[in-house]
Amino acid sequence: MTGKTALKYDNMLQPDDRKPLITSGKISRRNLLAGAAAASIVLVQTASGKAFQAALTASELADDPTKIPGVPPGVLGTRSPFEKPVKTPSDTSSRTPLQDLHGMITPSDLHYERHHGGVPAIDPTKYELVIHGMVEKPMVFTLADLKRFPSVSRIAFLECSGNYRGSNDGKIRPQEICGLTSQSEWTGVALSTIFREAGVSPKATWFLAEGGDAAVMTRSVPVHKGWDDAIIAYAQNGEAIRPEQGYPVRLFLPGWEGNANVKWLRRIELADAPFMTREETSKYTEAVGGGKIRQFSFTMDARSIITYPSYPAKVEKGWIEIRGIAWSGRGKVSRVEVSTDAGKTWQIARLQEPVLDKAITAFRHLWHWDGTPTEIMSRTVDETGYVQPFLKQLLNARGGNMGYHFNPVTTWYLQGDGAVLFKA
Amino acid sequence: MIKFIGSVVVFATLSITGMSLRFSQQRSRALPADTLSQPARFGFGRAATEAEIAAVDIDVRPDGKGLPKGEGNALEGKAIYALKCGGCHGATGTEGPNDRLVVGDTTKGGARRIKAIGNYWPHATTVFDYIRRAMPFNQPGSLTDREVYSLTAFLLHANGLWDEKAVLNAKNLPKIQMPARDKFVPDDRKDGPEIR
Repeated sequence: MTGKTALKYDNMLQPDDRKPLITSGKISRRNLLAGAAAASIVLVQTASGKAFQAALTASELADDPTKIPGVPPGVLGTRSPFEKPVKTPSDTSSRTPLQDLHGMITPSDLHYERHHGGVPAIDPTKYELVIHGMVEKPMVFTLADLKRFPSVSRIAFLECSGNYRGSNDGKIRPQEICGLTSQSEWTGVALSTIFREAGVSPKATWFLAEGGDAAVMTRSVPVHKGWDDAIIAYAQNGEAIRPEQGYPVRLFLPGWEGNANVKWLRRIELADAPFMTREETSKYTEAVGGGKIRQFSFTMDARSIITYPSYPAKVEKGWIEIRGIAWSGRGKVSRVEVSTDAGKTWQIARLQEPVLDKAITAFRHLWHWDGTPTEIMSRTVDETGYVQPFLKQLLNARGGNMGYHFNPVTTWYLQGDGAVLFKA
Repeated sequence: MIKFIGSVVVFATLSITGMSLRFSQQRSRALPADTLSQPARFGFGRAATEAEIAAVDIDVRPDGKGLPKGEGNALEGKAIYALKCGGCHGATGTEGPNDRLVVGDTTKGGARRIKAIGNYWPHATTVFDYIRRAMPFNQPGSLTDREVYSLTAFLLHANGLWDEKAVLNAKNLPKIQMPARDKFVPDDRKDGPEIR
């Protein structure tokens, strides 16, 4: 709908606009517009017979949209019926279609999911957060209480630490390779504010975060993260957090593995040792060689992926803007290097502002492809000097083990016919 | 001439106003973070009662803190397991389709990937904690403490870590030495170029 058309409807919707259409034999401009708008609603309703949100079939589309008034404003915006980005769900997770997205923000309904007992339905009027243990004053906060505190917002990525898949036939999209990463603007109250309110003991070193889902999922988190930058988040991209992301309240730990960002947060218990929950012992831990298992590996290491061109896209020779996303749980992305010759040489990609701390950063690199089969790849260098490793480097560093926190360079193979395939 | 002077005065006034506005903006930008001017406490929320805390404080720690009174044994656990757990974890805890709980035969390939209670879980208390809070998957939180003790005893027994006839309780559960305990090391990755 054009801005002009929208204005007409605004006129029509003025609450005081109850004048008859024809006044003293003259039609006022305002009422003419209102009348025209009203007619167009009928037209649209009879023409398509259903809400615009519902996918229109080809036969229902006007040959020339300029010859038929558009639909009026609605109570909720909708995605174009021509655009169908979807997540890919399994029993326990659902992956973001990275190859279909642009920029740095993941639309909330495309944010990845990973649950341990499904998505609970929580009545916000009954919601309570309990904080107890090594505190001066054990407390209960309602959702309304939490919203009264000073608020903080930040744009940051969230990523499952089990976010890696490969493929032997190359037919795998960014969504499958690392679609358990997404980015939102999160708003809530700083956990430090809640810590002060309850009077957290200086001797407390860990806290338990517990969800109100069917798994009553728990993780132990070092107290310093709570004082540093943790958020008790109740909003995502400007609206209440979606149920799949923890409605009404979740813990958000910038840069730290998704699992520790406990959703549907119902309880925080301060203690002087970790609780050794199932998730932090038998699950989110990784063999690192020498018979050792790494535990409490919270920080997400730097990573990137080229999302265009990527499988299943097909490209033509000539100018190609290579696009992708890069992020690091250790800070800002310093630079992204792109290779178009299988890693022989690297060019510095252009980073799209804003480049934020612990946030997905979009990058692009303009390239002229002569049609010769080649490999393209990207790697992130973060502000601590960490360089995203190749698969082999990771395996070497961890005694040949794969597992959580696996962030290798992703390579795409461009065939002569323009097909793009994942290269293991 | 008078007109000219007038406009100069107006101009000067405007620029002074503009300057002071800029200064005040700079000052406000330079103010310390608002957290410093926050009160020590806002007084939002309310004190939690002991009963309220007890209702949700269900965690069990490695030292046994949080374990309830009562007991259980592997024989009882075996029957409960067959009824409520075997469907997801397999008849002997090794077959799946969901998580393998018992180490079982490690000679048949994939031994490296087995992450069962007997070879991967560092604390026996976690078994109790997790069963009580989250299992069975289709009826979470439905088991009595005795059932949870018995299931824990059965799973530890099936992993060769507990006598079939011994009574398991809050006293002896935390003392069970788990084979994987010493394998766990804290995260040793650091900021910087090293790949670990």
